[in-house]
Amino acid sequence: MSEHTQSNHHILPLKVYLGIAGALFVLTIITVAVSFFHFGELNIIVALLIAATKGTLVALYFMHLKYDNKLYMTIFVLSLIFLAIFLGFTMLDTNFRGEIDVSEGPPIDQNAIIYEQQK
Amino acid sequence: MEHAEHPKFLQHHFTDAEQQAESAKLGMWIFLLTEILLFGGLFVFYAIFRSWHPDMFYEAHKVLSVPLGTLNTFVLITSSLTMALSIRAMQLNNRKQTIWYLVATLLLAATFLVVKYFEYHHKFELGQLPGRFYTYEGINAVNPHIFFSVYFTMTGLHGIHVLIGMIVITWVLVRTIKNDFSSEYYTPIEMTGLYWHLVDLIWIFLFPLLYLIG
Amino acid sequence: MSVAQGVNYLNEDKSLKSWLFTLDHKRIGVMYLFGVMTMFLLGGIFAILIRLELLAPGPDLMTADTYNQMFTLHGAIMIFLFIIPAIPAALGNFVLPLMIGAKDVAFPRLNLASWYVYLLGAGFALFSMLAGAADTGWTFYTPYSTTTSTSVISMTMAAFILGFSSIFTGVNFIATIHKLRAPGMTWFKMPLMIWALYATAVIQILATPVLGITLVLLVLEKAFGIGIFDPAMGGDPVLFQHFFWFYSHPAVYIMVLPGMGIISELIATFSKKKIFGYKLIAYSSVAIALISFLVWGHHMFTSGQSELAAMVFSFLTFFVGIPSGVKMFNWLATMYKGRISFEAPMLWALSFMFLFAIGGFTGIMLGAISLDIHFHDTYFVVAHFHYVMMGGTVVAFFGGLHYWWPKIWGRMYNETLAKISVILVFIGFNMTFFTQFILGSQGMPRRYFNYLDQYQPLHAFSSYGSWVLGLGFIIMAFYLIHSLFRGKKAPDNPWGALTLEWQTSSPPSHHNFDEIPDLDHDPYDYDKLMVVDDKLIRKNGQSEKKETTVN
Repeated sequence: MSEHTQSNHHILPLKVYLGIAGALFVLTIITVAVSFFHFGELNIIVALLIAATKGTLVALYFMHLKYDNKLYMTIFVLSLIFLAIFLGFTMLDTNFRGEIDVSEGPPIDQNAIIYEQQK
Repeated sequence: MEHAEHPKFLQHHFTDAEQQAESAKLGMWIFLLTEILLFGGLFVFYAIFRSWHPDMFYEAHKVLSVPLGTLNTFVLITSSLTMALSIRAMQLNNRKQTIWYLVATLLLAATFLVVKYFEYHHKFELGQLPGRFYTYEGINAVNPHIFFSVYFTMTGLHGIHVLIGMIVITWVLVRTIKNDFSSEYYTPIEMTGLYWHLVDLIWIFLFPLLYLIG
Repeated sequence: MSVAQGVNYLNEDKSLKSWLFTLDHKRIGVMYLFGVMTMFLLGGIFAILIRLELLAPGPDLMTADTYNQMFTLHGAIMIFLFIIPAIPAALGNFVLPLMIGAKDVAFPRLNLASWYVYLLGAGFALFSMLAGAADTGWTFYTPYSTTTSTSVISMTMAAFILGFSSIFTGVNFIATIHKLRAPGMTWFKMPLMIWALYATAVIQILATPVLGITLVLLVLEKAFGIGIFDPAMGGDPVLFQHFFWFYSHPAVYIMVLPGMGIISELIATFSKKKIFGYKLIAYSSVAIALISFLVWGHHMFTSGQSELAAMVFSFLTFFVGIPSGVKMFNWLATMYKGRISFEAPMLWALSFMFLFAIGGFTGIMLGAISLDIHFHDTYFVVAHFHYVMMGGTVVAFFGGLHYWWPKIWGRMYNETLAKISVILVFIGFNMTFFTQFILGSQGMPRRYFNYLDQYQPLHAFSSYGSWVLGLGFIIMAFYLIHSLFRGKKAPDNPWGALTLEWQTSSPPSHHNFDEIPDLDHDPYDYDKLMVVDDKLIRKNGQSEKKETTVN
């Protein structure tokens, strides 16, 4: 192994950083603007798509994932996959209760206020 | 072993500086993965309660201030930029610039927290609080306190991370001033940068999910 | 860099300070070893007391409330303070760098921090014990945990803090395995123990943060009533179970995977045969780690989750059986026509295979929804997880402890007493817990303080078994402590094993290896190499050619 130091690491030109920051600003303005229109279900999809785009930019350029060892990219993606598993399987329960074995009411009445809130 | 000159930052169990830097980076990414899953738990919470009570989330989110949220988004993105530039400056051996960019990052982080403080303060006064502390009457929905439980746990945990970030940035700032780093060795600044970008990244998702429910 | 003869990591500096501030993975491993053994003793005492109370129906030793606290402490201490750190943090810390030919783990300071965090967590647990111990069971289920007046918060904090210690170990192991392998140590030349520790570390880093956030939310719920687990406030207690088991089911594999790694080493070493299906065993460790995240709902079949979720979780649960079975058959195939010698570590390994098979099969039974509805929360479940956790992990841990004992201390233990001990533990364990399968199938619910007279004979038999089990461990404590002071000096390679940790001195020097270790063979090349007087000898007079094939 040769005597590498950190100096041989990729140094990005200044304009890349400024460009990415500019893109993040523009996307922020877009997502705020879009939120004032109501598309129903579409709203959250658009909001998340924009957020995902911004997140990808931060990860790829600010966090150097694009240029670094792909192992780090793998780790990053792995965390998102397991988060998706966590969310997906939990929702397999929470969004499908009482659907197959139809019960009189959902197991937990989600709008119940069983006791008055202490004030 | 120990044939070549041995830089003082190199620990004994590594063969060379690259191995040490790569190990640190790998360790840092694994740590970031744990952070993502830590916040992930709260995102799962958010998703489940929102899918159960979409109308309540919509009604309750209206009390959040979009201008302040947007301002904080800009502040945090800018701080991410200055953080990235401070590392770039150190890669180019420009220590003075690194110091100024780190100071800017610190100030922006503080701005974020100050804005957050005013938002929190306002909600405390109105009783827009989690769970059993909820006393506000202006939201026309069932169990709106759940929204504030989610809001405060998510932004609270994020705020704690900003605070920890400020402490760590101060630490690398002091070390930069003490001339500990150079273009040969700047791993601590780089690791701090990764952490700081993650804090930014999480806010990028928190902002639309909490402030911009359409 | 020549090290003086006889200087090793134990005697180079004997001051207390040199131990408390050590960055040497071997010393940290040894300190962990003392930590987990103390906790095993404590948890074991609680276990014996529980069995003593259950000797006869009705209150004998303690009140029902004390009993609830007792089984909670037994569970929480054994899980969080013993089993989870036992193999990775104690034995793993010691052997991992040695086995891959590294000088230390990647982040020695983080490693030491992990031990102090462990101590802090243990402190919180002990505080909880003294300040009105929690009585929720180790699972902290809401809504009981948020309403009981016992000290749930401090026990929760203990588990939260111990989570950090576990994450630190995981981060360290992954970075070490990726970056610090000796030159020539390719992924498929790593001993299977390393693969197991790697898979374990992956679970540790992926699952533990979720436990962290779950416990934080539990504390917030209990202290501030944020209402997310409280149905009266629109929350959902079943969500807590999802969050808890997203960590705690994979955590079961944090416990058992490193045990399987140890067994792979023991079976190969004491059969003196090339391990059968190296790659399959390695991959099956990773497969178990990944599948473990897809099955947590099988703990919740009766908790009110949706039928759809229950079916999916049940279906996926059966898949865990496949990689576990792959390992079992490969171990058996390794032993087939091997030159098996029955030293104490091998007896532990054989016990493991027998007990883990029973634990595994009953796990498959419990994974089937229809059976689980019947067995849920009975002694059948208690027996099942003790067969996996104790019959599996704990037995493997002691197998590993006996196997690496000469390396750790440079001294041998009394082989005869060791054999007596393992046999007593095996008999006592089966007496205690096989009985509980029968009790459970007859309907004896778990965590009950009292029971009907008809269960008395079996309960009594189970309690007698716990005494045999205890006796086995007392004998072990005796000869191990004796060996520390009076044990015969151990050779460098007492078992004739081929993995790297046996190529250095016993105990190793501070830097592990005085020269870069010899890596021209695979870890299980018993068909090509043998060990005579601590020296590797090539069979059939083969030349010292480097092998190019990796298998």
